[in-house]
Amino acid sequence: MQEHSVESLAEKSILYMSGVSKSFDGFKAINNLSLFIKPGELRAIIGPNGAGKTTMMDLITGKLTPDTGEIYFRHDIDLTKHDEADIANLGIGRKFQKPTVIESLTVFENLELALQGKRGVFESLLFKLDTEGKQRIEEVFDIIGLGAKSAHAAGSLAHGEKQRLEIGVLLVQNPDLLLVDEPAAGMTDEETEQLSNLLKRIQGDHSVVVVEHDMEFIRSLDTEVTVLHEGSVLAGGTLEQVQQNERVVEVYLGR
Amino acid sequence: MLLRRSFWVLILALLSCSMLTLPVQAQSLPDEQHQMTDDFAAVLHKLPKAKFSEKSSLIEQIADQKHAKSEAVLEAMLEARLFYRKSDKIIVFADKVDAGYHIVDVLSDEDYGEIGKRKVKKVSVNNSLRRELKSLIARFQLESEDIEKRTQAIQNIIKSPDPVFAASVARAIDVEQDSAVRQQLLTAQAAVRLVSDDTDKESKIAAIVLLGEVTDKNAIALLAPLVEQKEDGTYVETDEDIRVAAQVSLKKLHEREGMYSIVENLFFGVSLGSVLLLAAVGLAITFGVMGVINMAHGEMIMLGAYTTYVVQLVMPNHIGASLIVAIPAAFLVSGTMGVIIERTVIRHLYGRPLETLLATFGLSLVLQQLVRTIFSPLNRSVITPEWMSGSWHVNGMLSLTYNRLYIIIFSLLVLGGLVLLMRRTFFGLQMRAVTQNRPMASSMGIRTGWVDALTFGLGSGIAGIAGVALSQLTNVGPNLGQAYIIDSFLVVVFGGVGNLFGTFFAAMSLGIANKFFEPLVGAVLAKILILVFIILFIQRRPRGLFAIKGRFVED
Amino acid sequence: MKNGLINTLLKDDKASQRFILILMAVSILVPILNLLVPESWPIHVSTYTVTLLGKYLCFALLALAVDLIWGYCGILSLGHGAFFALGGYAMGMYLMRQIGDRGVYGNPELPDFMVFLNWQELPWYWYGFDNFGFAMLMVLLVPGLLAFVFGWFAFRSRVTGVYLSIITQAMTYALMLAFFRNEMGFGGNNGLTDFKDILGFDLQSDYTRCTLFFLTALSLALAYLACIGIVKSKLGRVLVAIRDAESRTRFMGYRVEHYKLFVFVFSAVLAGIAGAFYVPQVGIINPGEFTPINSIEIIIWVAIGGRGTLYGAVIGAILVNYGKTWFTGAFPELWLFMLGGLFVVATIYLPQGIKGLFDKWQSRQNTATPTAGA
Repeated sequence: MQEHSVESLAEKSILYMSGVSKSFDGFKAINNLSLFIKPGELRAIIGPNGAGKTTMMDLITGKLTPDTGEIYFRHDIDLTKHDEADIANLGIGRKFQKPTVIESLTVFENLELALQGKRGVFESLLFKLDTEGKQRIEEVFDIIGLGAKSAHAAGSLAHGEKQRLEIGVLLVQNPDLLLVDEPAAGMTDEETEQLSNLLKRIQGDHSVVVVEHDMEFIRSLDTEVTVLHEGSVLAGGTLEQVQQNERVVEVYLGR
Repeated sequence: MLLRRSFWVLILALLSCSMLTLPVQAQSLPDEQHQMTDDFAAVLHKLPKAKFSEKSSLIEQIADQKHAKSEAVLEAMLEARLFYRKSDKIIVFADKVDAGYHIVDVLSDEDYGEIGKRKVKKVSVNNSLRRELKSLIARFQLESEDIEKRTQAIQNIIKSPDPVFAASVARAIDVEQDSAVRQQLLTAQAAVRLVSDDTDKESKIAAIVLLGEVTDKNAIALLAPLVEQKEDGTYVETDEDIRVAAQVSLKKLHEREGMYSIVENLFFGVSLGSVLLLAAVGLAITFGVMGVINMAHGEMIMLGAYTTYVVQLVMPNHIGASLIVAIPAAFLVSGTMGVIIERTVIRHLYGRPLETLLATFGLSLVLQQLVRTIFSPLNRSVITPEWMSGSWHVNGMLSLTYNRLYIIIFSLLVLGGLVLLMRRTFFGLQMRAVTQNRPMASSMGIRTGWVDALTFGLGSGIAGIAGVALSQLTNVGPNLGQAYIIDSFLVVVFGGVGNLFGTFFAAMSLGIANKFFEPLVGAVLAKILILVFIILFIQRRPRGLFAIKGRFVED
Repeated sequence: MKNGLINTLLKDDKASQRFILILMAVSILVPILNLLVPESWPIHVSTYTVTLLGKYLCFALLALAVDLIWGYCGILSLGHGAFFALGGYAMGMYLMRQIGDRGVYGNPELPDFMVFLNWQELPWYWYGFDNFGFAMLMVLLVPGLLAFVFGWFAFRSRVTGVYLSIITQAMTYALMLAFFRNEMGFGGNNGLTDFKDILGFDLQSDYTRCTLFFLTALSLALAYLACIGIVKSKLGRVLVAIRDAESRTRFMGYRVEHYKLFVFVFSAVLAGIAGAFYVPQVGIINPGEFTPINSIEIIIWVAIGGRGTLYGAVIGAILVNYGKTWFTGAFPELWLFMLGGLFVVATIYLPQGIKGLFDKWQSRQNTATPTAGA
């Protein structure tokens, strides 16, 4: 992998991060981080607390801008020059660590809001849901379930259901890249399994980056793993490979 | 009665001291004192019959004797209050009352009560005598043992110089030991020379040059007429050399005045900043540390001010001490109210800052009405103790009022104490622990509920202390708090929420900026400009000047 | 066509249908009871009451404006008293110009207070206010523009929550200080008053009063429909999304600041209209309307009525103001205790306001009935 030239990597990647750094009051949350995600790839990112996982997500989605380094989407879009709304519309969806849905709206309305389309104020005022949109929502219901709870307020859903709804919200947008932050947190084993199947189902059509603590969940994803530590990449490979990596063991088990 | 006697004992003591030190009466003994009083009485007795020409020498003798009553007699004469009783020719101080005069014996202080108009006669004086009297009184004061009195006399001469003072000033310069006072005397001499017609050109110019060097606003007033133009464009002062000298000196004086007015503005700014700091620092805790928008904060200040008023009612004879007593009292009153509010209302609203805003606003209305019902809707007057009034005359161009000076010191003490409390005490540690990680603090055995209540009480108590200070500056009324609440919030937000140093910096810079704008655009517009500035500033840096950055700071 | 639009808006919304019906009934009945029913009859409504009700409706419109942004979008503006007052001043300036030479000083060019201040000519910003159309345009434009500029900066910089409340309050405070200054040319302390007529109709006459009342009710109804239109569209759902989870909405690809700006400006314009109806009815506008307390009071009307339900805001405004009128008449010293208590009780125990209380009562009734039957 290191043998490839940078240019070819950039061209082949859906997400390209190179030499990215970000610090808060002198503390380097992200330190010279480089990361490449291929189209359709499912990538798991693990790392101890404070490794910079959430900051990395914030940088990709435009919530933060890096101090140095480049972040490119689909090899020609400079993400550091766009804000959250732009980046979402470009085709990057983000699921928060804490499930975040619009609690007062129904499950259906949550999905409806996320439908692709013009996002302007006046377009929204005159918006009417068309059959194509309805179809798209139905498709997503097929993936995430919850069809029976379509008219329920999102706030009334169980934790795992909210997680699924949030992923549904991302899928309705039909993004090229999904960033999923600790989806297994607070879920039952059964829900975790469902989720892992869901993510495996959507890879290929979408690129997915999953940040997770739960090793069982990562194992069930059965995909390439990147280990983050102190804001940069420590190791990469299959889960078995990184688990045998001495430095990874050291970081995880401490001294 | 007792007081009066002790007063005279004191005067006597002072007098005897002065006699011991003054060279003239270096070996005064009781006997001689009697002798002196007899002499003095003898001179006084001559007054009723004396002609104007004789009076001139008599008053000189009165002055020379330096009797305890000399100055009073001379002054009374100048003010036309010195009379003698026709029946026995006794000299008295007389004050006009309805039907006649109220007279008091000059020597014995014996009060003779009221007496008919025709039974007394004034010790008459003419213009030339008046001038002499003025000069003698000035001499008396200029050579007084009391340095305050000397300085005051010099200031009076500089303020309204008169050629009659020339001799007294010259005499005083010769005997004056204190170099600073001597310097002032020289200024006074220059002032006197400037106004007397018989000063020659060189001395006049020398006087002008000297006046250009002093730090005294009066010097400007003295020199200004010299460069005045008449309506036809010619100068009032015809001599060009004098005029030029005056212009040079005036320029120097104006520069100096400008510099001191900057210092003065700075002082006003810092004192306004201190007021803002006092008002805001409690809010920095309730809002900055706890995230509660306490709209009743202003009323906590008001309660503190009313506590001061009540303390003064309770101890009317010790106004000076009342203010000191009021500080802990106000802290307790407002602090207790804060704890009650936290336990009954705020407790239900953590994590919902906008709701705390509404609920506490409701409380502020209730508290205002409560005070109106208990005390009255009118302002109450809080007395300023003597040690707070008056001002410190740094020099002739700068004087700083004591109340502002004390408030600056006080606000710094309060801030310092608070910082120590937060950083160095166990309670401070608990407070920080609870605000940073509530579940963790709770699991470590900290009673978070009580820490919340006490923290809110602390913020409110400090607001109460601010009220004590504000009672010395503004009217104490039910709306006192309203005037400060918006400013306080702006200070906290401008400085950066959760940062006491930021609050300090914000209060000071806003106070100083306000005072520097004020002379340029007026007080109201200055205030508006500051508000607009803060609004724009928050757009640029929504988290204030000294925001805490990082991933832990989220909405 | 218009009926069709209204029908779609109010479809399946019994509460709003009822609300509009009651409002229209009142707007017609009250003038009839004032103008056509003789004074001796017990059902006669006095002109004083008509004016009082008109004032309540102005406040209701203001509450509606606040509810739209606070209840639906979560923006707690403490500046709506200012938008209200600005609309009022624009109307007041028109009414001032209508006085002409009937003022105390009889100056045909200048309002009395300018003559009093020895001003020689009309300031430029008073030009055009003798024209009704221009003045009405200003009623919409001045609050709208201020809200636009203010909102543009604030929302773009992502000033949210409490911070936004504090700077809107600072704005209101600054405007109050400014309008208190005589040099501003808006009558200083005394404001604008002594109005004579509007469009040639005598302001003191019962017919003018009733017409103003009717128009206030009508614009409240129209504003209500407009708000319903916004709230029920996808735009309304985006607003709710912003209120509930602002960053989620951003990551869905919505430009949160544009939405906030739109609804803030719209709401400010509604507040301005409310102010414009208020001034001819009460006969005065002065800088006291800018007091920060007024802006907070509006919030409490909405909170009492139930935020996030448009008719709740209207009910809250009318109830609280009726309470104020009654209390300040009967027990003046108790009013502030009452109002303050309402604030506290409403925030702690009635997060949904009266509307929520009513819902709870209704659902209890519904569950209680079958049990009682069994």
